[in-house]
Amino acid sequence: MGLKVRIIPCLDVDAGRVVKGTRFKDLRDAGDPVELAALYDREGADEIVFYDITASHEDRDTATTLARRAAEEVFIPYTIGGGVRTVQDMRAMLRAGADKVSINSAAVRTPDLINEGAERFGSQCVVLSVDVKRAESGKPSGKPNGKPGWEVYLNGGRLNTEMDAVEWLVEGERRGAGEFVLNSMDSDGTESGYDLDLISEVASKTGLPIIASGGAGHPGHMVSAVRAGASAVLAASIFHFGEYSIAEVKEALGEAGVPVR
Amino acid sequence: MNVAVIDYDAGNTLSVTRALKKVGARVDLTADPERVAAADAVVLPGVGAFGDCMRKLHERGMDQACHETFRAGKPFLGVCVALQVFFEVSEESPGVQGLGILPGRVVRFDVGDLKVPHMGWNDLTLTRSHPVLDGLDGEAFYFVHSYYPEPKETAVVLGTSEYGTKFCAAAGRENLAAVQFHPEKSSLAGLKLYENFLDWARGL
Repeated sequence: MGLKVRIIPCLDVDAGRVVKGTRFKDLRDAGDPVELAALYDREGADEIVFYDITASHEDRDTATTLARRAAEEVFIPYTIGGGVRTVQDMRAMLRAGADKVSINSAAVRTPDLINEGAERFGSQCVVLSVDVKRAESGKPSGKPNGKPGWEVYLNGGRLNTEMDAVEWLVEGERRGAGEFVLNSMDSDGTESGYDLDLISEVASKTGLPIIASGGAGHPGHMVSAVRAGASAVLAASIFHFGEYSIAEVKEALGEAGVPVR
Repeated sequence: MNVAVIDYDAGNTLSVTRALKKVGARVDLTADPERVAAADAVVLPGVGAFGDCMRKLHERGMDQACHETFRAGKPFLGVCVALQVFFEVSEESPGVQGLGILPGRVVRFDVGDLKVPHMGWNDLTLTRSHPVLDGLDGEAFYFVHSYYPEPKETAVVLGTSEYGTKFCAAAGRENLAAVQFHPEKSSLAGLKLYENFLDWARGL
């Protein structure tokens, strides 16, 4: 016995509405985020992640409002991410009712944000999220042995930092992050499976819980992610458009020997 | 029936209040010990360090209010670090006295390669029956903690969970029940616990 593998629906939110993009473009509307999150709670989701996707370059208040509204209806832990830039932003989300705050671009620009967040609120509140893409062979971030590695992208995937993702996550752990969301941009929206190489590489280099993200098309992909080293699996499209219910996913994982609630 | 939630700047106060309201409680979120004394039932939330929690309770006169609630025989529920402060001392905050209503001390997880804090969903196994935990044997609850109580008397242990070691996840005696996990973040099983608490409070 021990901890269960967590099934986490991710709700991308734009102007208060849920959307899900294929490769971050071509967004579709799938409803009210709080209603949808409450539904997932009742269906057996273990956690919810809300990403305010417009937040990197627009108004921040919508995310705080969302955090506050969710607190009325959602009785499982939830994370708010997207455009969190400062310790004050983190505090505002946690005070509004979020259990965790996910930081991405801001952590790359100001790595001390991880340390400060962990010191003030505890590591368990600080989720370090990365959007990564496989680097082409021969690029600077490539590994000496010829394995190309992964590069960190910012601003919802619009800006390539050319930083090595695994090295960045090792640093994030050292600075006090509590867990990682690994979002593979190569897989995101394809429904062809998580990037298993990425998960096992990060699992071998760090000790933090890994939330696999990007590419879930069916429950078998989630089983593979767990076997590669993920503690939790995040998905959007397959849940939002009813391809699989939370219960169906849990049943499939349970049958494969993965401990679920 | 009026449930007082003790307001002493604990992080989960609002989510505890919302869960109680969700199951139909009339909640008085209060920092006033007299209003705690006037309530029919009392909930002590809690997040954070043992020493911090005791200091904040003491500053507000709420440590005495907790003792009086227990002595008055009112249904009394503690959540998360509130379970820990019902014990005597903690490794987390040497030199700080807990409420001492339950005999024993609080220790840190020492579980080899397993990560601390213990964070996530884990099963609860009941070791004694209690109205607050009715129907919840084997259910999973959401935990976030690095320390757990080691009671001196096994009689106060209501339920256990396993994380490298079997630990006390719920404890109580007489009119007091406390849980290490967060029922307000434990979906339907957690709401059922709060519902049980209200039923227990109505029946006492």
